[in-house]
Amino acid sequence: MNLNEMTIEKAHQHLIKGDFSARELTEAYLKNIKEKNEDFNIYLEVFDDVLKQADQADKLIKEGKSSLMTGIPMAIKDNILMKGKKVSASSKILKGYKATYDAGVIKRLKESGAIFLGRTNMDEFAMGSSTENSAYSRTKNPIDPNRVPGGSSGGSAVAVAMNGALCALGSETGGSIRQPASFCGIVGLKTTYGAVSRSGLIAMASSLDQIGPLTKTVADAEIVFNIIRKKDILDSTSVDYQEKKYGELNKMRIGVPRDFLKGEGINKEVLDNFKKSLQKLELAGHKIIDLELPLLKYSLAIYYILMPAEASSNLARFDGLRYGSKKTGENLFNSYLKTRRSGFGKEVRRRIMLGTYVLSHGYYDAYYNKANKLKKIINNDLIKSFKEVDVIITPTSPFPAFKAGEKIEDPMVMYYSDFFTVPANITGIPAISIPSGKTKDNLPLGVQFMAPHFREDLLFKISKEFLLIYE
Amino acid sequence: MELKDIEKLAKLARIEMTTEEMRGLQKDMKSILDYVDQIQSIDINNLPVLEYSNSNVFREDTNPHQSGIYTDNILKEAPDTEDNYIKVQKIL
Repeated sequence: MNLNEMTIEKAHQHLIKGDFSARELTEAYLKNIKEKNEDFNIYLEVFDDVLKQADQADKLIKEGKSSLMTGIPMAIKDNILMKGKKVSASSKILKGYKATYDAGVIKRLKESGAIFLGRTNMDEFAMGSSTENSAYSRTKNPIDPNRVPGGSSGGSAVAVAMNGALCALGSETGGSIRQPASFCGIVGLKTTYGAVSRSGLIAMASSLDQIGPLTKTVADAEIVFNIIRKKDILDSTSVDYQEKKYGELNKMRIGVPRDFLKGEGINKEVLDNFKKSLQKLELAGHKIIDLELPLLKYSLAIYYILMPAEASSNLARFDGLRYGSKKTGENLFNSYLKTRRSGFGKEVRRRIMLGTYVLSHGYYDAYYNKANKLKKIINNDLIKSFKEVDVIITPTSPFPAFKAGEKIEDPMVMYYSDFFTVPANITGIPAISIPSGKTKDNLPLGVQFMAPHFREDLLFKISKEFLLIYE
Repeated sequence: MELKDIEKLAKLARIEMTTEEMRGLQKDMKSILDYVDQIQSIDINNLPVLEYSNSNVFREDTNPHQSGIYTDNILKEAPDTEDNYIKVQKIL
């Protein structure tokens, strides 16, 4: 069994032909985890019932009741709830907490017979771009352990990249799937806002958060996406997915927001690689069209107002009364102060403070309201652009995987990691990161495609073709 | 932003902080706010802003689940309970 070459479709064919069982497949991944987890800190916990799940899947396969995902071993980010299992968002404040219900996506995957190997490390409450903010120490980059794997879904990305899972779920608020996917040389999909249920996802910024897959191939991302996208009565922002098909659209019009690529601090190798990607797409017969989107470069500023505002309000629920860890003071107020002081890490405290500030009396209009208006203007600009082009392309990250400790001391330097990814989050459109080669130092690079709302189909189509012409 | 502003925010956010931590935050928040302040330079009065197209989504308040079926599991997760209650310090 060659895990390097394994895809969901291939594993499915082998499983139904009986070449190997779900138990054997799962054991192969468990073996890899055992070899690598100590050094790379990928999983916070490997579940003790994994083989039982595998036997259940084998039973379904034997009975001829299997679907594509039956018996597929998956990694789950530690902010997605699975009933009866620990879940902590890599935070001390949720130490010991066990989920009391299944997230919407977990229900869908359980129905399909997927196997959950364990919960993966992440930046605490998904706040970060390097998985260094975890309360349970950092995850290491699979290519160079001195570097970060990206974040916040770093554990999920490394699990897939190192054959510690066939595919994984992550979550995005500002690039937390796409950026680690690009740092680890795999595929990451940020789904259209509303396409996938957020029920049971520990909330950071509710108007931005979405769950999505990290996979080795575009086809795998498509398979997982098709399983998890569904309207869920427990998430009132989820909608019925209107499936569209690209049909005869073979050559695409690909938009390049030139102004957006002129920002400071964009690595030269990233830009050169991006230019090469454009040339290849053009050679393959696609049309490259320059776009004027002058406001796009403000997305990061808008994001760093809206996200902390929502996070500060979402994280108010961690008060030590209903779940997680608690520190008792001389009165209730002091108990809150102590519980939150000892439970939240530095970055989480920083964002709560920032959000409290931008929402406070006297600043609300200048920050929160203005950012919301600009978000809508940028959304309109993008919708208008999508009349001229089918998809938009940019690099995924301004730089390849950086050294651990390099950016952690200066929050603004770290936040800049999200520069290219946040427009898709503030406007709700889908976007995918796919590998686009390597730097001189052998570090993976990625490009991202963005498409109109609910047009993941366009992303899958152009990404598959991009990877074919790249080889 | 002055140190006393940070102190007030920390109280509002219910997070205990040392003076040293507050000084660190003062510096971090300045650099972040300096960056996000670039949106103040955009004049949006001349730009078309679409009205909210979002609307509230309600469901019918019917078919309640059987009373008490989740109570045990939820209470099990609370740090401090007594009988069927979550225990809190008195506030009066």
